[in-house]
Amino acid sequence: MRAATFLLPVLVAASQANAQEVINPEETAMVRAHMIKHHGGAALTYVEGERFEYQSNEGDPVFLWDAQGFYGGDVNKFWVKTEGEYDFSASEFEEAEVQALYSRAVGSFWDLQAGVRHDFAPFEDRTYGVVGVQGLAPYLFEIDAAAFISGHGDVTARLEAEYELLLTQRLILQPRAELNFAFQDIPELETGAGLSTAEAGLRLRYEIRREFAPYVGVSWTRSLGDTADYVRAAGDDAGSTSFVAGVRFWF
Amino acid sequence: MLTRRAFLNQSAALGAGALAPMLIAPWARAAAGAGPAALSGAHFDLSVSRARVVVEGRESGAVLVNQVFPGPLLRWREGDDVMINVANLLDEDTSIHWHGVLLPAGMDGVPGVSFPGIRPHETFRYRFPVKQAGTYWYHSHSGLQEQIGHYGPIIIDPRNADPVAFDREHVVMLGDWTYDSPEKLFRKLKKSSEAFNYQKRTLGDFFSDAGDAGLGAAFAERAMWGDMRMAPTDIADVTGAVYAYLINGRGPGDNWTGLFAPGERVRLRIINASAMTIFNLRIPGLAMRVVQADGLNVEPVETDEIQIGVAETYDVIVEPADRAYTVFAETIDRSGFARGTLSPREGMTADVPELRERPVLTMRDMAMRHGAHGASMSAASMNEEMNHGAMDHSAMGHGDNGHGGMDHGSMQIAAAQTHDHPSGVGVDMLAEAPTNRLADRGVGLENVSHRVLTYAQLISLDENPDQRPPGRKIELHLTGNMARYMWSFDGVKFSDVDAPILFHEGERLRLTLVNDTMMNHPIHLHGMFFDVVTGDHVKKPRKHTITVKPGDRLSLDVTADAPGEWAFHCHLLYHMAAGMMQTVKVHAMAGMDHGGHDMGHSHRIDESGETGAEETGHDAHKAHDMSHEGRH
Repeated sequence: MRAATFLLPVLVAASQANAQEVINPEETAMVRAHMIKHHGGAALTYVEGERFEYQSNEGDPVFLWDAQGFYGGDVNKFWVKTEGEYDFSASEFEEAEVQALYSRAVGSFWDLQAGVRHDFAPFEDRTYGVVGVQGLAPYLFEIDAAAFISGHGDVTARLEAEYELLLTQRLILQPRAELNFAFQDIPELETGAGLSTAEAGLRLRYEIRREFAPYVGVSWTRSLGDTADYVRAAGDDAGSTSFVAGVRFWF
Repeated sequence: MLTRRAFLNQSAALGAGALAPMLIAPWARAAAGAGPAALSGAHFDLSVSRARVVVEGRESGAVLVNQVFPGPLLRWREGDDVMINVANLLDEDTSIHWHGVLLPAGMDGVPGVSFPGIRPHETFRYRFPVKQAGTYWYHSHSGLQEQIGHYGPIIIDPRNADPVAFDREHVVMLGDWTYDSPEKLFRKLKKSSEAFNYQKRTLGDFFSDAGDAGLGAAFAERAMWGDMRMAPTDIADVTGAVYAYLINGRGPGDNWTGLFAPGERVRLRIINASAMTIFNLRIPGLAMRVVQADGLNVEPVETDEIQIGVAETYDVIVEPADRAYTVFAETIDRSGFARGTLSPREGMTADVPELRERPVLTMRDMAMRHGAHGASMSAASMNEEMNHGAMDHSAMGHGDNGHGGMDHGSMQIAAAQTHDHPSGVGVDMLAEAPTNRLADRGVGLENVSHRVLTYAQLISLDENPDQRPPGRKIELHLTGNMARYMWSFDGVKFSDVDAPILFHEGERLRLTLVNDTMMNHPIHLHGMFFDVVTGDHVKKPRKHTITVKPGDRLSLDVTADAPGEWAFHCHLLYHMAAGMMQTVKVHAMAGMDHGGHDMGHSHRIDESGETGAEETGHDAHKAHDMSHEGRH
């Protein structure tokens, strides 16, 4: 039935210079909207496990995760990030946080992100407001920088930078650095004002496929300034060096 | 008219055909006679259905026309009225677009632009007069079906004597094949645009370059690319890491073979039906005499290698001796190749060349202001630059201009628009100093020792049908953001465009394309040919698709003689899917003679906006200044 009703106007159209006006306009409009959406307007789901790794942590091994993902189009996205550490010997989470962000592309290489962060560990549940930028800096450094303001008014910030050095097409060396800042003393978080912790890592991964790469590496972390004093006061070392092994994946 | 019952009977018959062990189209089989087997005449019944095909011994899903791969060769005759029933046996919409064929807009086969598409289990009847001759092809314009087999060749025999003499002909249809779903492939590109590139520069390349050019130079060069956040090895988005490359549906190991008798003049009708792959095609030991480009005859020009963009066609004459020859189509990034054989007898093969080293993009591709102008400036580019003055920077997004007709009132509305250089998140770079590259060899072929075809070498055999100077200019930028895998014209994805690009019926206009990206883009306009401005003469080669090189700035004269709305897009399938598409609306003019040649364009239409009185003219000084001034 439909074929017949559809063919009729088309046959008429065939003799016209411009069939557009003859063919069922509603149907055409519907098809057009669908077609246009599928030429640049489609949404996407992306999940990336940047670091899923075992850290030796000088005999006090931990499991670390650092993952993110989004749903959305080229400009507007809903972005989720999570990272944390699980301490095997203590059988507890040393750190655990989740961020839910609205992300908007604001430049060719940069997304502006805002939302909330919730920490489950190490201290009592804490929630922060987040404002950050994520993107690709000149010379191809991948940057994720964010400021956090807690419900108590404390402001902290974190800067992560990564770089990729191709040894071969599949063997890739990734230097990584992370700096955490506090803009005031936060005794209840055992954090002093200024640069509080620094982390540097070097990971060598092998991309079996681009989407799946096991790696090994080293990671060095250190608390600094007053924050280091808090750590030492608790009887821990202010710094530690870890051998790491894990996988990186995306899909 | 097909009744539903007739249609169902037909589909049942086709369903049985699906069980046939070989899906290879008859025209693509080795033992072809003087001409490939074709469906010919004026009435055709085609169907579109799912199938499984085997490429290089590996089976995967396909969408085929008439259950053969590639689709059947359609042979038409210039001057005939053809009627083609296309039955959709899929559970999704489909369509057939007749690539390069001049026809009424409603027959062009682009869902949402010229018609609503062909719904599942429905039949659409195409009917149009055949107004031209030459080699063309057809393909789906629905979703990504084109990637998985929904394409086939068209030969239109001329009404009068063919100026091209030949004894035998073969279709050489190039393709790229994915065993995975094309949707998945596209999503992967969106997530990681370099996911398929296994030819990036490594630390080893750095030390090697440092050894050659010095540590400082190697570091400075890396820093320059790094500063732009670009990679000089981004030549092809999808590579041999996932694609198999095809000639007539056959992979290199399957070795499509075309037979000939020694001494014959063999016409090869080369069609690049790939979704994403630009090829460098050569036949070692055999010179190719190019006689046709995009279906239209050109003055014969002999060459050894042709870089053929997606959707372009070239007809070449070869005169093979009594031996076998390899048809070698290396991908532009040299990550793989398609291969076939021309042979006097079945079973013979010739040496298959090694892949050459992968190219890296150059300063010229980048179109940086410094350095780029040291390079030669061809006659074509001079001619083009001379006409820089009267650019219409305001083509986009205000489609209502001129609805009142081609009077000065509407011109002034257009003139008031100011041009924004493309910007925004979808644009990661601008060509500071683009140059006309029509006389340049393709990327990676700059220094090969044999002859390489360039656009500037193409001279139309016939004088151009419309020899009026262009009365209006439109400049469009090809833009993209590699990291986000966004592609567009003027920085606006099709999904964000609110009005067609407006042409006025009957006008002659000059479309200038500036490639702000680092990739080659084969740009295709439906419904009208481009007269490629290779110089100020009346034998400009006419094309339906032109590959715009990185950093290129070229011009195309178009006669807007086809009323209706037409697709205009990059023919790299995933660039189009990412947004590099718009439509051109040829606004019908009341009382228009559809011949379109007696418009009496006594006034030039100037829309440069600022000076108001710019000529389309021939001011060489200005051209020179403009070219050095570059962009800002």
